[in-house]
Amino acid sequence: MSKVYETVIGLEVHVELSTKTKIFCGCSTAFGGAPNTHTCPVCTGMPGSLPVLNKEVVNKAIAVGLATNCTITKNCKFDRKNYFYPDNPQNYQISQLYYPICRNGKVEIEVDGEKKYVGIHEIHMEEDAGKLIHDPYTDSSLVDFNRSGVPLIEIVSEPDMRSAEEVIAYLDKLRMTIQYLGASDCKLNEGSMRADVNLSVREVGAAEFGTRTEMKNLNSFKAIARAIENERERQIDLLEAGGEVTQETRRWDDTKEYSYPMRSKEDAQDYRYFPDPDLVPIIISDEWIEEIRSSQPEFRDKKKARYQEEFGLPEYDADILTGVKKLADLFEETVLLGANPKKVSNWLMVETMRLLKEKEMDAEDIAFSAENLAKLIKLADSQAINSSVAKEVFEVIFAEDIDPDKYVEEKGLKTVNDEGALRAVVEQVIADNPQSVEDYRNGKEKAIGFLVGQTMKAMKGKANPGMVNEMLKELL
Amino acid sequence: MQITDETIDYVGILAKLELSREEKEQAKKDMTNMLEYVGKLNELDTEGVEPMSHTFSVHNVFREDIVTNGDDRENMLKNAPEQKNGAYNVPKTFD
Amino acid sequence: MDLSLTAVELGRKIKNKEISVTEATTAYLDSMEAKEQDINAFVTMDREGALARAAKVQKLIDEGKLTGPLAGVPVGIKDNMCVNGMLTTCASKILGNFKPTFTATAVEKLEEAGAVIVGKTNMDEFAMGSTSETSYFGVTKNPWDLERVPGGSSGGSAAAVAAEEIPYALGSDTGGSIRQPAGFCGVTGMKPTYGRVSRYGLIAYGSSLDQIGPLAKDVTDCASILEVICGKDDRDSTSVKESGDDFTSALVDDVKGMKIGIPKDYFGEGLDPEVKENVLAAAKVLADKGAVIEEFDLSLVEYAIPAYYIIASAEASSNLERFDGVKYGYRTGEFADLHNMYKKTRSEGFGAEVKRRIMLGSFVLSSGYFDAYYMKALRTKALIKQAFDKAFEKYDVILGPVAPTTALKLGESLSDPIKMYLGDIYTVSVNLAGLPGISLPCGTDSKGLPVGLQLLGKHFDEKTIIRAAFAFEQTREYKRPEFAAERGNV
Repeated sequence: MSKVYETVIGLEVHVELSTKTKIFCGCSTAFGGAPNTHTCPVCTGMPGSLPVLNKEVVNKAIAVGLATNCTITKNCKFDRKNYFYPDNPQNYQISQLYYPICRNGKVEIEVDGEKKYVGIHEIHMEEDAGKLIHDPYTDSSLVDFNRSGVPLIEIVSEPDMRSAEEVIAYLDKLRMTIQYLGASDCKLNEGSMRADVNLSVREVGAAEFGTRTEMKNLNSFKAIARAIENERERQIDLLEAGGEVTQETRRWDDTKEYSYPMRSKEDAQDYRYFPDPDLVPIIISDEWIEEIRSSQPEFRDKKKARYQEEFGLPEYDADILTGVKKLADLFEETVLLGANPKKVSNWLMVETMRLLKEKEMDAEDIAFSAENLAKLIKLADSQAINSSVAKEVFEVIFAEDIDPDKYVEEKGLKTVNDEGALRAVVEQVIADNPQSVEDYRNGKEKAIGFLVGQTMKAMKGKANPGMVNEMLKELL
Repeated sequence: MQITDETIDYVGILAKLELSREEKEQAKKDMTNMLEYVGKLNELDTEGVEPMSHTFSVHNVFREDIVTNGDDRENMLKNAPEQKNGAYNVPKTFD
Repeated sequence: MDLSLTAVELGRKIKNKEISVTEATTAYLDSMEAKEQDINAFVTMDREGALARAAKVQKLIDEGKLTGPLAGVPVGIKDNMCVNGMLTTCASKILGNFKPTFTATAVEKLEEAGAVIVGKTNMDEFAMGSTSETSYFGVTKNPWDLERVPGGSSGGSAAAVAAEEIPYALGSDTGGSIRQPAGFCGVTGMKPTYGRVSRYGLIAYGSSLDQIGPLAKDVTDCASILEVICGKDDRDSTSVKESGDDFTSALVDDVKGMKIGIPKDYFGEGLDPEVKENVLAAAKVLADKGAVIEEFDLSLVEYAIPAYYIIASAEASSNLERFDGVKYGYRTGEFADLHNMYKKTRSEGFGAEVKRRIMLGSFVLSSGYFDAYYMKALRTKALIKQAFDKAFEKYDVILGPVAPTTALKLGESLSDPIKMYLGDIYTVSVNLAGLPGISLPCGTDSKGLPVGLQLLGKHFDEKTIIRAAFAFEQTREYKRPEFAAERGNV
């Protein structure tokens, strides 16, 4: 390849907002539910029904806009985007084209120690579509409108990214910010966060952008990285062969690792946007914006610095703990219950991470409570259980969020601190292991470790290892 | 402005209407006439006039984020031309 | 029973136990049955439901739980308003089997006031038309002359009231669809200010223009009905809470000092001389009663129809996208794939006029034309509103004809759409400007056909036009069409 190419990437990120009800009707947004059980005349496009805007959607959209340094549009409106598809019950989607709620933002990302800004062109509010399920028996499709009308924001970036790493860093930053706001759980695999990638290539140094394509159906960070690499190569190959890139929408197939164009002749891509006459303008006052600004949470960077300063955590730990809102929340709640911050951090950084990896779970899926972790730390601190028992108990807490006090009591896991009982066992161990006793007496200090182990085994792990050690030394 | 067959076909794709040959001829004639007629608006100087969607100044009409709807699926599906397993059945949308 | 009673008169007799709700309902149902083969004002008649409802309403009246002026009075609802469980077709094949799962707010309010729904009235398909001839369920005829149209699109509602098949009805008005048929049929119809009555449950044609209103025999009925159906509705973002909704308090025979403007532009070319004569005579009557009448230039009148047809067609093209054979209504029998199903369903399900407007509307919104047509029309709308605002700085009421002619012969206007659209010249600008208007009979032409007088008011000032209309109405007798008089009472 003689020429050197640069990849230019912009992102359209859809985020499902975590409101209780849909954007234009009082139907629940809860996940699951039998098909069409969370629907009403409005979200199924029944004739005569009319939309009424959920105020919380506006609040959350403003919050995301402020957190991404956007200007809030003081007078914003909804428009209709017209296209026919069975998951789109009215055959128009209520969205925003002319006056989106947020504009001109930016977020800072860091890749390999280098910082840069990615511009946000706009953020607009819109409604989600229903779900289509293929029915193999009749070779037809089934439409479920439970997701129809779930509120979305679409965050449109400027074409400021140049690599898959930057794209991932940007998405990570957005996800974190939105999770911190509590505006969405941002799960790519469940579709509550979806990213479409606009990509073009150009020769390094070229002033103009190349023709771009839009890639859809990217369900994980890995898929996004693979699709970017694949599309970059496809476009370069085209250009190198003297061809041209066609501006089109493509669908990524992650199992086959290739993409194909989504166009059909019935798909004119002419959405005939116009202001929705069923909805009235939203006028956002400075007071409203300030009210939301003043209730913004502490974001990651601040939190990270505070963890180092206030709790004396190493930067690495503070980074991991603040990397997922769920972890940071858990950390803070447990500390608030009186547990030592370093110990809490330790449990989260070591055992929790180990179990997450082992069970292939995300930190967001952690299900145990701060209360039970705090209780466990207290048990261990008071030496009521020893560290290996504590780890065992933690595994149960991790899996089932049990109360460790009750569990330890019921299973009889408390350390035996009764000297008399321990002395009998130690004496028996000495009697049963003459060789080790002799080795120790001959100066082999290590031999005592074996004897401690035997004693712990006989005590079913419930002894205090320090106490065992001392007693052995005394008796030998 | 003369409306062509291509325009009628294109608008047919947008509007999901399939016109017969006769209907197409009629539509071409009607649309050409109509556009010529509404072209009258070009006589008007609307420079600097804000487009008006609503004639009143109502704004900020909201719902509170409270679930008010229950499950009315059975009732609503009664109107469906075809249904299966509590869902609306349509010609396949997947390749 | 005397079928020529107004709704309020009948309500009073029911209240005074002179007539039972069941008697009244039966009388009108029988009247419908006897006259429908000539008029075809209804798409659906519901004898069984109406009689069951009548008994319930009677009980509530007897228990003192229903005391309003319309309690127990039968009503017809235009077939573009949803009534839970009752066929609601918009006079279209595409909704030929549709039964809504909820009731329109305006209808719900009537029900709460004790109305007995006897049926759904015929109309132009999806309210697109001025003659009620585009209905999939056949043409409605004018009781004044069965060879003539009743006007449209609320032609079924107007004809049914004139023929005394029902005492009153609800209609909807997007470009004159209440006022013009009221004029053609010699009854009174009112289009309230945009936002006064909830549109929830009204199957949309042009959402920024549509408004529900009453058709009845007189102004008193219209004011009483409007008082019941108006008000802010949480389900319609464009409905508003406004004062001045005690409409019946404006039923006062006094127009002394009222300033009434007559737009010269409404009396120019194209206006039938006999219509002109009757309307000006009506102005004279009001002047004699002490109103101050003055001619003025409204301006922009000729731009209202082009702006209206762009806006209404554009909104309609989007509003009618939902009729696709997926969730409700008609689906074509055979199809190759999804898009073929859409196209066949819609092409077979919609009539010619509806398709014409969908095509026009889709075109004016399409890429490259949006600014030139749609935005231009919205700018024109702003100018038209300004022209009215300016006029209303000087006048309390604007007076003019409802339509350029009296009722046309069947089939006369369908051949040339633009000619048909021009018939809306005096009505559409009111919808563009969101103003209230009332249409009431003011005489007959030499063919014996009723002439309609139109009074327009300021935003949310229905009371002033009600007062003017009421004062005028006091000077004349209600005129029944011979058809109704001959068939007499049952």
